[in-house]
Amino acid sequence: MSDVKTIGIVGAGKLGITLARVARHYGFNVNIAGSGNASKIALTAEVLAPGAVAMSSEDVAKHSDVVILALPLGKFRMLPKEALAGKLVVDAMNYWWEVDGSRDDILPSEQPSSAAVQEFLPISHVVKAFNHIGYHDLFDEHKLRGDPERKAMAIAGDRDDDLKTISKLVDQLGFDPLVIGGLLDSNRLEPGMNTFGANTTIEGLRELLDQQ
Amino acid sequence: MAKKVDNQYFFGLDSFGDLATKDNGELTTYAEALRLVVDEAILADTLGVDSIALGEHHREEYAISSPEMVLAGIATKTTNIKLASGVTVLSSDDPVRVFERFATLDGISNGRAQVILGRGSFTESFPLFGYDMQDYELLFEEKIELFHKLLKEKPVTWEGKTRAALDNADVFPKTENGLHTYVGVGGSPNSIVRAAAYGFPVVLAIIGGNPDRFKPYVELYQRAAKEFGNEAHPVGMHSPGYIADTDEQAVEEAFPLFKEAMDKVGKTRGWQPMTKQHFMNEVKFGSMYIGSSETVAKKIARSMSRLGVNRFDLVYGFGPVKASARRHMIELYGKEVIPRVRELLTEDAK
Repeated sequence: MSDVKTIGIVGAGKLGITLARVARHYGFNVNIAGSGNASKIALTAEVLAPGAVAMSSEDVAKHSDVVILALPLGKFRMLPKEALAGKLVVDAMNYWWEVDGSRDDILPSEQPSSAAVQEFLPISHVVKAFNHIGYHDLFDEHKLRGDPERKAMAIAGDRDDDLKTISKLVDQLGFDPLVIGGLLDSNRLEPGMNTFGANTTIEGLRELLDQQ
Repeated sequence: MAKKVDNQYFFGLDSFGDLATKDNGELTTYAEALRLVVDEAILADTLGVDSIALGEHHREEYAISSPEMVLAGIATKTTNIKLASGVTVLSSDDPVRVFERFATLDGISNGRAQVILGRGSFTESFPLFGYDMQDYELLFEEKIELFHKLLKEKPVTWEGKTRAALDNADVFPKTENGLHTYVGVGGSPNSIVRAAAYGFPVVLAIIGGNPDRFKPYVELYQRAAKEFGNEAHPVGMHSPGYIADTDEQAVEEAFPLFKEAMDKVGKTRGWQPMTKQHFMNEVKFGSMYIGSSETVAKKIARSMSRLGVNRFDLVYGFGPVKASARRHMIELYGKEVIPRVRELLTEDAK
């Protein structure tokens, strides 16, 4: 397990900026990239997530301990594949038909979206997390460990070491981590599943998973 | 020239033309829903409500796909109320046509038109009018640029990828005092910066979660406007609500209605059905303004003062609300809530 000090975020929309705000709140270094030049989001980062540094997605990949993907899922093939090689990558993206169009156009059918992202980034270590809690709940609900009201975040990934690192990160960002399986199980967290949007305690989340 | 926005508190109502429930329990027809909105706007005008904003949708639960048509009807029967769209989906429309329609509305209403441009929270209009979602950003980017030029009401020369070029094209009718133009944004920081870059005022759609989290967005707007050398206009907000005679009655009546409306949208986006607990959290801490006049007024005043916004638009008929309850809500909003919010904000300022 490695210790995360610098979190990279690709995507400076609602989710990306919210993650940057929460990460800065807990004292992490944050690098963030939007869809265009770094200058386009520099002011946004400065005002909404003070201390977060705007840069290109290549630089985010190079200069961060983990990289969280918070861009529209339909655009994942535009990610800087080489720069992300060997990196721990957290996939927080979801298929959303209104933005992404037909699912078959962007993903092989039946394959969990995070598995498709892993296939596209074969040398990266992809873990799914931060996808099922809505961005406003992420902002409103992060709490210190031990709070009885603390909410849980489901995590899916294929390597124990990565899961440990991301579990610790989830905990440090204010949520109880719950590993639910590998990337091939990660469709249990996708839109349409009972866990999607779940903003509940670890017992509540376990119960939802049991009901599947 | 685009007009300046008055620096006073401003209270509006907002509807998407939801099909309402009639006294006999049946849903209104689309035609009835449209006439209902016109009657409600007339009532709001007599009560001194500052604006009625009508949103453009292309979905079966809403009757309004052409807000400015309904607003034109309202215009001829009202005197003071501002006539707004909330929003006009500019990405899938033609900026020249949008300008022409709203300049027309502005003319017949004696300068009461307000166009609120946006990308919309739904995207049905894209396939309907032959646009590709892949061009989502580009369409809005280009069209807002063109619209900004059109507002100068001088011949326009423009070239882009999303519509035919214009060469010194003059557009009519001209307005008497400029067309009030806003941008409606839903929490995308980039949209805020873009509105500030063009010098447009913004209305924030705050429809879920703690409204306080939008405070830095107001700051972002002000900072960005300054950076671009534009005026930082007062910011507005829009949120859903339900007002009844008591808190209990409001909660009891609103829950099934909000649940029905939210679950309908949620189904297509993969959300789970809304629980009572989620609903109550929104009522207590979030962005639903539900309760008696006093409760709703306090909550509106709190949000406006915390965020530093000067305009509040209440989405009043969300879901299949009873037509009689909608009318009552408008009466409570105009007679009790608005005066009380003004009072609370004035006390606050002291």
